[in-house]
Amino acid sequence: MSDLPQTVDENILAVRDLSFYYGDFRGLSNVSLDIAKSKVTAFIGPSGCGKSTLLRTFNRMYDLYPGQRAEGQVLFHGRNLLDRKQDVNLVRAKIGMVFQKPTPFPMSIYENIAFGVRLYERLSKSEMDLRVEWALRKAALWEETRNKLQQSGLSLSGGQQQRLCIARTIAVKPEIVLLDEPTSALDPLSTAKIEELINELKSDYTIAIVTHNMQQAARISDYTAFMYVGELIEFGRTNEVFVKPRCQQTEDYITGRFG
Amino acid sequence: MSAVMNGNAGPIEFQARQARRVSEFKWQDTVFHRVTLLFALIVLAALAGILIALAVEARPAFGQFGMAFLWSSVWNAPEENFGALSAIYGTVVTSFIALVIAVPVSFGIALFLTETCPAWMRRPLGTAIELLAGVPSIIYGIWGLFVFAPLFAKHVQPHLQAVLGGVPGIGRWFAGPPIGVGILTAGLVLSLMVIPFVASVMRDVFETVPPQLKESAYGIGCTTWEVVTCVVLPYTRVGVIGGIMLGLGRALGETMAVTFVIGNANRIVGSLFAPGTSIASTLANEFGEASPGLYISALFALGLILFVITFIVLAISRWLIRRGNAKRGTQ
Repeated sequence: MSDLPQTVDENILAVRDLSFYYGDFRGLSNVSLDIAKSKVTAFIGPSGCGKSTLLRTFNRMYDLYPGQRAEGQVLFHGRNLLDRKQDVNLVRAKIGMVFQKPTPFPMSIYENIAFGVRLYERLSKSEMDLRVEWALRKAALWEETRNKLQQSGLSLSGGQQQRLCIARTIAVKPEIVLLDEPTSALDPLSTAKIEELINELKSDYTIAIVTHNMQQAARISDYTAFMYVGELIEFGRTNEVFVKPRCQQTEDYITGRFG
Repeated sequence: MSAVMNGNAGPIEFQARQARRVSEFKWQDTVFHRVTLLFALIVLAALAGILIALAVEARPAFGQFGMAFLWSSVWNAPEENFGALSAIYGTVVTSFIALVIAVPVSFGIALFLTETCPAWMRRPLGTAIELLAGVPSIIYGIWGLFVFAPLFAKHVQPHLQAVLGGVPGIGRWFAGPPIGVGILTAGLVLSLMVIPFVASVMRDVFETVPPQLKESAYGIGCTTWEVVTCVVLPYTRVGVIGGIMLGLGRALGETMAVTFVIGNANRIVGSLFAPGTSIASTLANEFGEASPGLYISALFALGLILFVITFIVLAISRWLIRRGNAKRGTQ
C-alpha cells in the first residue's frame, strides 16, 4: 500500500494486508497499520466494523474457534504472529488482553494474579508476594484489596474486578496490552479510574484499546484508527483525526451523524 | 364497524367484561396451581410410601438380628441367619472401582468434546455417548459375562496378578484364581455403564463456562490443560460433583449387569478377583426362592440399607457443594 499511514514513533507491531474470515464471511479486508511503542492506540467505529476482530488477531485469540482464520501479516519483533509455527501461548503472554466484561478467575484475589505469573516464572513466595503487590499497585487496586487478598476475586465490585483483570494481565509483564471495550460495563467513576490507569500504564506498555466511547478515545489515545465494515478508513494522530479528519465518513461518525 | 361498536360500548359494560375475564383468569390460576401441586405431592407420597413399606417389611429382620445385621457377614438361608455386610461390601467396592475408572475417563471425554474436538466430530461423538447411556443394562450384563469376563480372565487377570500380586499391601487384592467373574469385573463393567452419564453431565457443565472467562485465561498464555484445570474445573465444580454423584447413584443401584458378572457369592474375600455380591444383585437373585418370613424380611432390610446409602451419598454431595460455595464467598 502506497498511502500506508505512518507513525512518527517507534513501532512495536506492524499489521500488513490483514484480512480475516469467519467461515466465508470476511470480517477484515486488507488492513495495514502500525502500533506505536509505549503509546495508546484507539480503535473506533460502529458495531460490527471489525475493531474487536482486529484486536483478537494480535494475540491469536481466534485460534480457539474453528472456522476463523486470518491472512496477511502481523509483525511483532520482526516475526509474523500469524505464522502457524508461532507459539501461541508465548504470544499471549507477551500480548495480554482485557475484555469487555470483568472476568476474574474463580479463585482468590492473590491467586488471580499469581496464577498467570506462575505459568512462566518460578518465583519464591516472597518474590510472588512482591509481584502481586506490584501488579495491584500498578492497577490502583492495592489499597482496596491489601487486607483481603485471600478473598474470592468475585467478591469485588465490577470496577474493581476490571482493575483486577488489568493487574492480572500486567503481572505477567507483557509488552502490549489489548483492551477490548474495558469500560463499557462500568459506571462513570470506575471508568474514570480505568482511564487514569491506562494513562499511567502507557509509559511501560503499549496499549491498544477498542472503544465505543468517542470522548474516551479522544481523552486517552495518542493514535486513533477509524474502521468501517471491515476496512481501516482513517488512521493517524488522535488530535488530527478528531480535529480535522481527512475522510468524510470519519467526520460523520465522530460528530455523531451515523453509527 | 366493529371497532366503532367497541368504542361505543360504554365504559361500564367494558369494565364489567374485564372484571369477568379477570375472575376467570383467577379461577384458572387456582386450578392450575392445585393441579401442579398435586403432581408434585405424588412424588413425595411415592417416596414416603417406599420408605414406609421397606421399613415395615424389614422390621422382623432387624427385630431378630438387631443392628448386628449391618455388620454380620453370615448369609445362611436354611438356618435363617442373615447379615448384610457382604452385600454392602460388594456394593460399595464395585461402585468405588467404577468411579475410580469412570471419573478420569469421563473427564477426558468431556474435555475433548468441549475443548479440543474438531467441530465435525463433536455431534456424532456426543450422540454416541448418549446412546451408550441408553443401552439396557442387561446387555452390558450378558456382554460382561460371555465376552468380557472370559477375555479378562485369560488376558488381563494373570498379568495383573503377576505385576501387582507381589506388591505389599495391595498384592492380596489380586490373589486367587483368575476366573473372570468377580468384584473387579463387576466394577469394570459398572464403570463402562457410568461413563456416559458422568461424561455427558461434565460436558454440559463445561459448556456453561463463559467463553470470555476461558479467553482471559488463554489471554495470559495458559495452555488448554491449564485453562481446564485452573479455570473450567473450579468454575464448574458444583456441576462436576453432581455428575459424579449421579454416576455413583447409578453404580450403587445397578442390578442386572452386576448380577451377571459379580459371581454371586455371599461372602467377603479380600481379593478383587473373588466372586462377591451386591445388595441389588442379592435381591434380584434371591427374591424368587425366598421363603416368606425372616428370609423375605432380610431382603427388604437389604433394600432399606441400599435406600439409606443412596440417600447418604446424595446428602454428602449436597453438603460438599454447599461448603464449597460458602468457601468461595459469593456466587
